[in-house]
Amino acid sequence: MSVGQAIPTTVGEPPDGDLQQQFLYEMLLIRRFEEKCAEMYTRGKIRGFLHLYTGEEACAVGAINALRADDKIVTHYRDHGHALARGVEPNRIMAELFARVGGTNEGRGGSMHIFDVSRNFLGGYAIVAGHMPIATGLGLAANLSGEDWAALCIFGDGGVGEGEFHEALNLAAIWKLPVVWFCENNGYGMGVPFDDSLANDVYKIAASYQMPSVRIDGMDVLEVYSATQLALAHVREGNGPYFIEALTYRYRGHSMADPELYRTKAEVEEYRKRDAIERLKRSMIADGLLDETNYQALVARVDAEVDEAVAFADASPEPGLHTLYDHITKEYEGDAE
Amino acid sequence: MREAIREAMREEMLRDQRVFLMGEDIGAYGGSYACTRGLLDEFGPERVRDTPISESGIVGAGVGAALAGFIPMVEIMTINFSLVALDQIVNNASKLHYMSGGQVNVPLVLRMASGGGSQLGATHSHSLEGMFAHFPGLTVVCPAFPGDAKGLLKRSFREPNPVVFIEHTALYGARGEVPDDPEHLVEFGQASMVRSGTDVTLVGYSGSVHQCYRAADMLSAEHGLTADVIDLRTIRPLDMSTVVSSVRRTNRAVVVEDDWKFGGFAGEIAAQIMERAFDWLDAPVARVAGKDVPMPYNRNLEYAALPSEEDVVEAVLAML
Ligand SMILES: Cc1ncc(C[n+]2csc(CCOP(=O)(O)OP(=O)(O)O)c2C)c(N)n1
Ligand SMILES: [Mg+2]
Repeated sequence: MSVGQAIPTTVGEPPDGDLQQQFLYEMLLIRRFEEKCAEMYTRGKIRGFLHLYTGEEACAVGAINALRADDKIVTHYRDHGHALARGVEPNRIMAELFARVGGTNEGRGGSMHIFDVSRNFLGGYAIVAGHMPIATGLGLAANLSGEDWAALCIFGDGGVGEGEFHEALNLAAIWKLPVVWFCENNGYGMGVPFDDSLANDVYKIAASYQMPSVRIDGMDVLEVYSATQLALAHVREGNGPYFIEALTYRYRGHSMADPELYRTKAEVEEYRKRDAIERLKRSMIADGLLDETNYQALVARVDAEVDEAVAFADASPEPGLHTLYDHITKEYEGDAE
Repeated sequence: MREAIREAMREEMLRDQRVFLMGEDIGAYGGSYACTRGLLDEFGPERVRDTPISESGIVGAGVGAALAGFIPMVEIMTINFSLVALDQIVNNASKLHYMSGGQVNVPLVLRMASGGGSQLGATHSHSLEGMFAHFPGLTVVCPAFPGDAKGLLKRSFREPNPVVFIEHTALYGARGEVPDDPEHLVEFGQASMVRSGTDVTLVGYSGSVHQCYRAADMLSAEHGLTADVIDLRTIRPLDMSTVVSSVRRTNRAVVVEDDWKFGGFAGEIAAQIMERAFDWLDAPVARVAGKDVPMPYNRNLEYAALPSEEDVVEAVLAML
């Protein structure tokens, strides 16, 4: 296995027509869901920090579809797309964003902290790289249990500058843990270009921890899918961790609060020309797997689901104040006896 | 004390296959305070795992393994080094159960040695029990006696969410009765009255319980006064009922801790006494605590910076 270079990553046959249809559907769902979130944020329905994932859909959809149901995922705060790709219901995610009962975390988490244990979706984490040691621990648990499930850890390029990145990769490497590290390199950590913050390319830094490390086109869902399959096969066989750096781009600002002073509109337009959804659509049409009519039907289906999610969230009640101390040891509050 | 701690870990590992230990030098070296000596031979390197010096990494790995159904015990060599793992302890371990809406549990035990008094200087002499108690979602255990240490540590392994188990370095050699019963558990949030009297309530945890105890001896021998001495055992959850009912009888309280006085845990106890027993107090609650300086290396200066039984006696006499 060559280490530390951009190596060929494609394995086996490309996914069949049904699976490609599924990829297209999921990427569209994420795109429309995120656009709806922006609208709901502007209308004051969603509060707090909101980091949208438009432009990066191919990463979530390609990587997460390569997983088995018993594989476990931890990810960063830009997590709606990952949750959707894992099959978490849009209704429950939107209800969480609206901070309502029926939300994935019953209104206690918010956009950056989506959890769905039933799908082995073990959370969005909002401290940059803070979840990376957790992924190491998941890999350790897989090994200790003698089972062959793996952990997928998704994070941004900004995480590479954190100490926790290095501790987590080193531990996973020395203990040969089944962890796939998946870096969504969208070019920026907030407004800082990644090449201003790192002394080396991301995949080269990872390779120095003696694991296979590849750089792929993160705006090509088929490439992401097959690269992740290859990575999973590697880690499941007991060979230790595997690192993927997926080059991608976010179309919107870092969060809804970002005035985007650090980049030009022209740059964004340049990346939009490589849009992952458009690319898959074109290639599916070329391969006779799709036509404009079924594409429009897919868009209509996705829009209906997103509207339904908003309606569900809006109709859900807010958690009662009496639930404030649910899930915590209640302490003495100061009332005299 | 260290044998009691070792025995608790050993029994829990025998009882439950999900329990495993990891930490710096806990295996071949036997633990920097020898608490894990012998366990590597008995359980092997998978369940007694030596780690690199990566506190954040290993605590986070403990959180991850806990999320996946294991019951890890991570030993942090000393409490001083927990400061580089605070992100994992505070942002992850303490919050995941609540923040996930109760979906996940984090049954993680973090053991660490605490306290000054060995001329190790400012970076190696912290007492940060109160800092951990500040965070909702953590249980903070501070035993003062070997028997309690065993029962509390065994109880910690049964807790579905994180426990910070803090051992005073000055107590590792302490002797005392330790029950053999493998089901001897000490419940959290239950202080113990280690001595009773009528004139004043002395409250401590971990090492400071012993200062309270010796101060009580001095008070009775030299001043004809008797004291309730309360060992909190866990500072979160905190058993204020025992403290409050004692203060309502004695009408005076002194809280003793090694940690800095300013913003320290003794202030929390004093405030709660004030909230719940104000009308019973004959004097303001006194705090005897560490002096607000980074711990000096010099022996005399260090001694002056730490609370002593003489300080406790003085505080009591001042409130009569
Ligand atoms: C430890 C820490 N420092 C700073 C922040 C503030 N912050 C939030 S996101 C972010 C940029 C992260 O960039 P990257 O990892 O590339 O992810 P992206 O937002 O590009 O998806 C920063 C600095 C944080 N959440 N955590
Ligand atoms: Mg980035």
